[in-house]
Formats: sequence, structure tokens, C-alpha cells
Amino acid sequence: MTDTTTAPGTAPRTPRSFPTPHFTDAEAGALVFPSSGSRSFSYYTPQKMRASMYEDVTFDVQPDPERHLLQGWIYGFADGTAGYPQDWTRLRATDWHRFRDPNEEWEQTIYRNNANVVRQIQQNLANARKADAYQQWTPTWTHFVEHHVGAWMHAEQGLGMHVFVAIQRSAPTNMINNALAVNGTHKLRFAQDLALYNLDIEEQLPGFDGTAHIAAWQQDPAWQGVRETVERLTAVEDWAQAAFAANLVFEPLVGELFRSHLVMQIAARNGDFTTPSVIGAGEGDYDRDLRWTRALFELLLTDEQFADANRQVAAGWLETWLPRALDAARRLQPLWSQADEKPVRFEDSLDRAKDRLVRLLDGLGLSAPALHGTPEGDRS
Amino acid sequence: MSRQSLSKAHKKITELSWDPTFATPADRFATDYRFDKAPKKDPLKQVLRSYFPMEEEKDNRVYGAMDGAIRGNMFRQVQQRWMEWQKLFLSIIPFPEISAARAMPMAIGAVPNPQLHNGLAVQMIDEVRHSTIQMNLKRLYMNHYIDPAGFDISEKAFANCYAGTIGRQFGEGFITGDAITAANVYLTLVAETAFTNTLFVAMPAEAAANGDYLLPTVFHSVQSDESRHISNGYSILLMALADEDNRQLLERDLRYAWWNNHCVVDAAIGTFIEYGSKDRRKDRDSYAEMWRRWIYDDYYRSYLMPLEKYGLKIPHDLVEQAWHRIWNQGYVHKVAQFFATGWPVNFWRIDGMTDDDFEWFESKYPGWYAEYGAWWEAYNRLRHPGANKPIAFEDVGYQYPHRCWTCMVPCLIRQDMVVDKVDGQWRTYCSETCAWTDTTAFRPEYEGRATPSMGRLTGRREWETCYHGQDLADIVKDLGYVRDDGKTLVPQPHLDLDDPKKLWTLDDVRGNTFLSPNVTLNEMSDQERAEHIADYRGRSNVTPSMS
Repeated sequence: MTDTTTAPGTAPRTPRSFPTPHFTDAEAGALVFPSSGSRSFSYYTPQKMRASMYEDVTFDVQPDPERHLLQGWIYGFADGTAGYPQDWTRLRATDWHRFRDPNEEWEQTIYRNNANVVRQIQQNLANARKADAYQQWTPTWTHFVEHHVGAWMHAEQGLGMHVFVAIQRSAPTNMINNALAVNGTHKLRFAQDLALYNLDIEEQLPGFDGTAHIAAWQQDPAWQGVRETVERLTAVEDWAQAAFAANLVFEPLVGELFRSHLVMQIAARNGDFTTPSVIGAGEGDYDRDLRWTRALFELLLTDEQFADANRQVAAGWLETWLPRALDAARRLQPLWSQADEKPVRFEDSLDRAKDRLVRLLDGLGLSAPALHGTPEGDRS
Repeated sequence: MSRQSLSKAHKKITELSWDPTFATPADRFATDYRFDKAPKKDPLKQVLRSYFPMEEEKDNRVYGAMDGAIRGNMFRQVQQRWMEWQKLFLSIIPFPEISAARAMPMAIGAVPNPQLHNGLAVQMIDEVRHSTIQMNLKRLYMNHYIDPAGFDISEKAFANCYAGTIGRQFGEGFITGDAITAANVYLTLVAETAFTNTLFVAMPAEAAANGDYLLPTVFHSVQSDESRHISNGYSILLMALADEDNRQLLERDLRYAWWNNHCVVDAAIGTFIEYGSKDRRKDRDSYAEMWRRWIYDDYYRSYLMPLEKYGLKIPHDLVEQAWHRIWNQGYVHKVAQFFATGWPVNFWRIDGMTDDDFEWFESKYPGWYAEYGAWWEAYNRLRHPGANKPIAFEDVGYQYPHRCWTCMVPCLIRQDMVVDKVDGQWRTYCSETCAWTDTTAFRPEYEGRATPSMGRLTGRREWETCYHGQDLADIVKDLGYVRDDGKTLVPQPHLDLDDPKKLWTLDDVRGNTFLSPNVTLNEMSDQERAEHIADYRGRSNVTPSMS
């Protein structure tokens, strides 16, 4: 169809060409014929009676020769492995596809959740700026924020980029890899939240050293145990071990120890209402990340065929990672005495972190003997 | 966020990384490329604080349009001819998208540049977005389009259909083998920078012309993320070019990636645009015209050719050869004809071409009717069951083709077919370049140089081998391409849903034995094989006119 209409007083326009609409009556229900009512994805079994949006947009997108992949993987690595090998972890599963992320993450949840977090943080920081909140801080607290709250950004970045983003290529199903990708996204966002918070303070508070966090992370003896543990986590090849050690050992014993049992407890008493709102975002992330982690490892540790073997492997991982994480936690002890107001003692905080870890592991049918032994490497 | 504050924020987040001293990240994915001498190049700046709200807003617009489409009864206007091809396209594309997400750690591990790592991590999230938003679009089609069959088995069909396997290269190629070959050259430098233009811009325009404005809504939203990905790829390329030893690998990989993308993407998208459209205005661009604009001018002339100033050899010959195949050798038409020949083992319906289509094709591709017109007339004549077999089993002067071992599209430009005994097996290739890809590029040594990280071509690469000697009805049943009455086929060579007698059932296709050309080729004596190959290359394979 062409349109040659010309506005009054203007030169004739080049004829425009556009397609003609046709009414085709191609909508659902226009006719009844075989499969005319087949309006659900039939190639997988949903976890509940009705498939969720999350399952529909995630399940089987990463194919599997054990399900429908007729011709197998058509590209291989030099050593002959291809696709998503199940032996990229020592854990085994009767059916890897049973895992579902309880957070049901897909694009809308990812963006809604993270956009809400960044909006909330930015609003809090805007309020803090308006109230000159940073100016109320004591020099001791300012030092604590620039060094220690600042140092934590690196832990998040390291775990996000070189543990979770790194392993989201490695798991056997799309459901697991997406959960790992979202976990990595939380970590990277939170690392940036902390960095930009640091920048915000630097811009508002004269004398605040916006680079002090770098030296704290790389040289302060209190942080070297955390840095070492993070770096060792990035070096783990087994994707499940990396996720297990990061989310079920490091996070409760070190991450929550620092965030929940130190910063969240002492900031307000030191006249700081903004830092908890930023750190709280990381706590929210971890709650979310812990949900999928527990769901995955509950499944693997109670697997109908491989539960015993998997529990042995996980126990071995605990033997490796618990002492490391505990050592890193203990080396943080000097931080508890650095603020003017010290409403919590390190040992109480550590006990709370340990209790939490024991409950967490207990829920998975695992025990944590190393936690009750004589602390090695107590450098406090 | 203002530009100034974005720069400051970006500079700040560069403080996040550090050089580890206790342990270094696991080296999971090997590459033969070296980046020791590379200056660090920054990709497009992106900070997550602004990224998430921006993408959320983009999402809101997409989902608003989806609601609007349903309220506005969009499906009263969509062309079934178009929607049927979406069953294939939307079965394939979420996998390449999620594969691109999975490819990011390969690039991150290979390239020592923390700024770039951030860009690649954001790309990872984008790709998760793209995969799930496209799956959701397909779900909407399944729920609201007249014929959900094919959409309802989508990911299974993607995994067992020959066409899905062809498309799967555009995905598996991103995540396997040498990390830079896969995650940078194949994925970003060629697939994203060149071929997303036809995938995500040209094709949505055609969708809109066929009454579907949701495909453009979703895919233009997807495409708006691609510029950042292109920037990531370009940064890695510039870093790679800093080391003279990488050039040989870059040149190898550009040849492989360009040619494979051409074979696969032009086959699929060319067919969707040319044979899925009812819009036959003579002044609308053909696929060849779109290709000339988006690929030849915008990519080859504006992106690839300027790389020569860095001393990189550009595969000019292969660009020209791809154009020659599309413009002079009927590549897209032959692929569409093959898809339609194989209709019983598809999971979508294929509308026949009509007089209006013939006229359009002839005007766009002079000589089209003489070569393909009689075959499409035969296709229409044989479209209903009862008096005839499926067209592949009727004598219409069309010989079922050999499949290319490398790109897995059949060897349709018959005179160009290469036959070679490789790894103890007779293999057929659609072209010299596909033969080179298997015999030379994907090997542990390249031009005398060790390439221990290079990938391998694996799997049961000829689909027909899986069903050699089986009855067609059993094959369709095994594939699961049967409707909910247990007998009517999902695929049909027409769009007539109004009369059950016009719909093919398992009984209608039973009694036809399916043979693998590759198995047959390997069973021949040397003399039989030589004669067969000579005949194959020399045969016109044009259906004689009935008149």
C-alpha cells in the first residue's frame, strides 16, 4: 500500500510504502483441532501441579544428552569433554534437574530486586547527605568506615567475579547455573554499592580517605585472613565446592560475623545510620543466596543414590574450609575494639556466627567438628 | 546519573580488583592466545547502580507492550505463515543467549583486565535477561496463538530436531574450545557484532509487517544491550592484537567464525524473512538487500575492514563468497526448499508459496521461478494426505541432499560439495571452508603451530544417521512431534486447520523408510562413491515444470 498524501503548501512527498494489515483470526480458540488446547510446555514436569513462570523460562534451555539431546554435544574441548560435564564437581546426583531455585529468579525478579536495592541505597544516601550525617561521625568511626567497611567491598568483588560468575559456566543444569549467575550479580552489585558509598562519603566528608580501603585489604593484618580465604576460594576448580565453601562456610562464619555481628550492631551506637542501610543490602542478598544454596545441597546430601558419598565429600570440604574461615574470622578480632562504642564483644559475635553455622550445617545433616576444637592460628 | 558522575563512579569501581598473592583464580578454560603484552582497554562504562533501574525500565516497557498486544487482540492480525517459523526460531535462540552468559567466565579467565571483567559480568546478566525474556515471549505465543503445537514441545524439539542442531552451533560455539576463539571471536566479534543485526533488527521488522509487534518489542529491547557487548569484544580484540603471535589465531578464527555464522544464521534468518513473510510489496527489502546493508556495509566495510590498519588479514574472500552464495547461488532459497522437503520431521507447519510469492521472488531474484517455481507447485499439489506421500518420498526431481559435516546445513550448492575421508570416515562438506574448519582449524596443530586449546567437532553430526533405515512414522513418534490425539502430526505442509482430513497423521506417513546419506556414502565401494559424488555435483536438482 502506498500513501501519497501531501500537506497543504508543501512539496509532494515521496510515496511511503507500508504493509497492509490483514485480519487472520489466528488467535487461540478460533478453531478446534488436535492440540489446539495444548497450552503448556509439556517437555518437563513442573515441581508443583502448575508450572511456574520461572520454570517455564528456565527449564531445559541448557540441553542435556540425558534428556532430549539426540545428537549429543556438537563441540568439544581439546580433551574431549563437551557441554556441561557432570564430573566438574565431585558431588553426584541421581537427577540434577530436580533442583529449583526457591527464589525463582528470572529476568524480572533479577531487575526488580536489584533495582529496588540500589534505589533504596541511593535514597538513604541522599537523606544522609541532606542531614550532613557523615559530619556527625567521630574520627574513630570515620577511620573504621574508610578502612574496614571499605575493605569488605573487595571480599564481595572477589567472590562475585572469581567465584560465582566464574562457576556459572560449570554446573550441569540451567537452573543451577542461573542461580550461580544471580548470586554473582548480587555480590558484584554489593561490592559496587560499597565502593560508591565510599565515594559518596569521600565527596561529603573532608579528610575521609577514599583509598584507605585498598591498603586495609592488602596489608592490614586483620584482613589478611579474609583476603587469603577469598583468594583460595577463587582457586577452587570444583564448582560445587566453591559454592559450598563460599555460601555455607565463609559467609556465615566471616561474612555475617563482620556484617551482622559487628557493623550492624555497632554503627548506630557510633552515630552512623547510613552504613547499616548499605550493609543491610548485603545481608538481604545473602538471605536470598542462602535459600538457593540450601535447596541445592539439601537435595544433593539426601540424594537417593549418592547421599552417603556426597556427605563424605562435603565433610572433606568442611575439613578444608572451616579452619580457614575460622582463622580468617579470628584474625578480624582487632576490629571489635576499634570503635569508640563497643556494644558487642568479639567472642560473643563469633559465638553467634558459629551457632548459626552449626544450625545451618545441622539442617543439612552435616556437623562442624573443627568449630569446637582449639582455635588454630589465633593471631588476635 | 550524569555523565560526569558515571565517569567518577566507573573510576571508583576500578578500585575493587586487586592482584592476588595467596592464590590465583582457577584456570578452567584454556586459550592459545596470549595477553602478556596487552595494554588494558576499557569497554563501555557501566555501573550496576544505573544498570539495574535502566534494565527494569526497559523490561516494564516490554511487558506493557505484551499486555497491550493481548488486550488489543494482536493475534487476530498475525500471519500464521510467520508465526509457524517462530516455533523454530524461538526454540533455538534462548540457548545461544544463555550460552553467551556462560561464555563470560571463559573470556574473564583469559583476559587479564579487571575493567573489562566488569563489562563482561554485566553482559552475563544481560544474557540471562535475553534468554528468559525470549522464553517468555514464546510462552505468550503458545498461550495466545491459534496453534500452540510445536511451541508446547519447544525445548525438547530444539534438542532433537535437525534444525535445532544446526542452530545449536550458534551457542555451543560460544562456550566450548579455545576460550578466546569461542567467547570472543565467534560470539562477540562475529555473531554479536555482525549477525545480531539481521537477527534482532531485520527480522523484527519483518515480524511487524506480518502483524506481530511483540517480536520487535522484545528483540529491539535485547538489541539495545548489544552495543555494550560489541564494545567488550572490541576491547579484547585490541588487546589480542598487541601480541604478534595472536594474529595467526585471529585470522584462523575470523575465517571459521565468519563462515560458520554465514552458513547457520543466513540459512535460518534468510528463510524466516523470505519464506515466512506474507508482505510482498516489491519495495520492501529482500533478505539479500538487508544483508547487503546490515552485514556487508555496516559490518564488513565499517567494522572489519578498518581492522586492516592493525595489520590483521580480513577474510575478504569469504565475505564475497557468502554474498555470492546468497545473491547468485540461491543459498537461502535452497535452504528453505530443504526445510520444506523435510516437513514431516519438523515441529512447525510450512505454508506453500503462492502466485503472489512467485511474483515477488522473481522480481527480487530474477530467475527464481525457473529454478524453484515448479518445486513449490509440487509442494502445494502434494500438501494434503490421502493420494500421495510426503514430498520427500515422491519423485519430483529433487534428490535429498548430503549434510555438511561442519555446519550441518546440507550441501545445497551441489557443485561446491567437498568429500573427504577424515578420521576414518567419508564426510561431506558444503564448501571448502567448512572442510578446512574440520580438517585444519579444529585440530591440535595449525600451520605447524601447536594449538592445544582448540576445540573439536563432536557428536552425532549427521542427524539422519540417528534414524537410518527406520520408518518415517516411527521417527516422528520417537521425536514426539505428534499432537494430543496421538496420531495427527505437529508438522504439516500447509496451514489448513479447518478440516481434519487435510491433516497428516502417523498412518499417512507410515511405510516410508528413511535413509542416511552419510551412512549410505560410507557403505559404497570406491567406484560407486566416485560416481555418486560426480552425479551429485553435476545434477541440477531442479524440479521439471508440469506444463
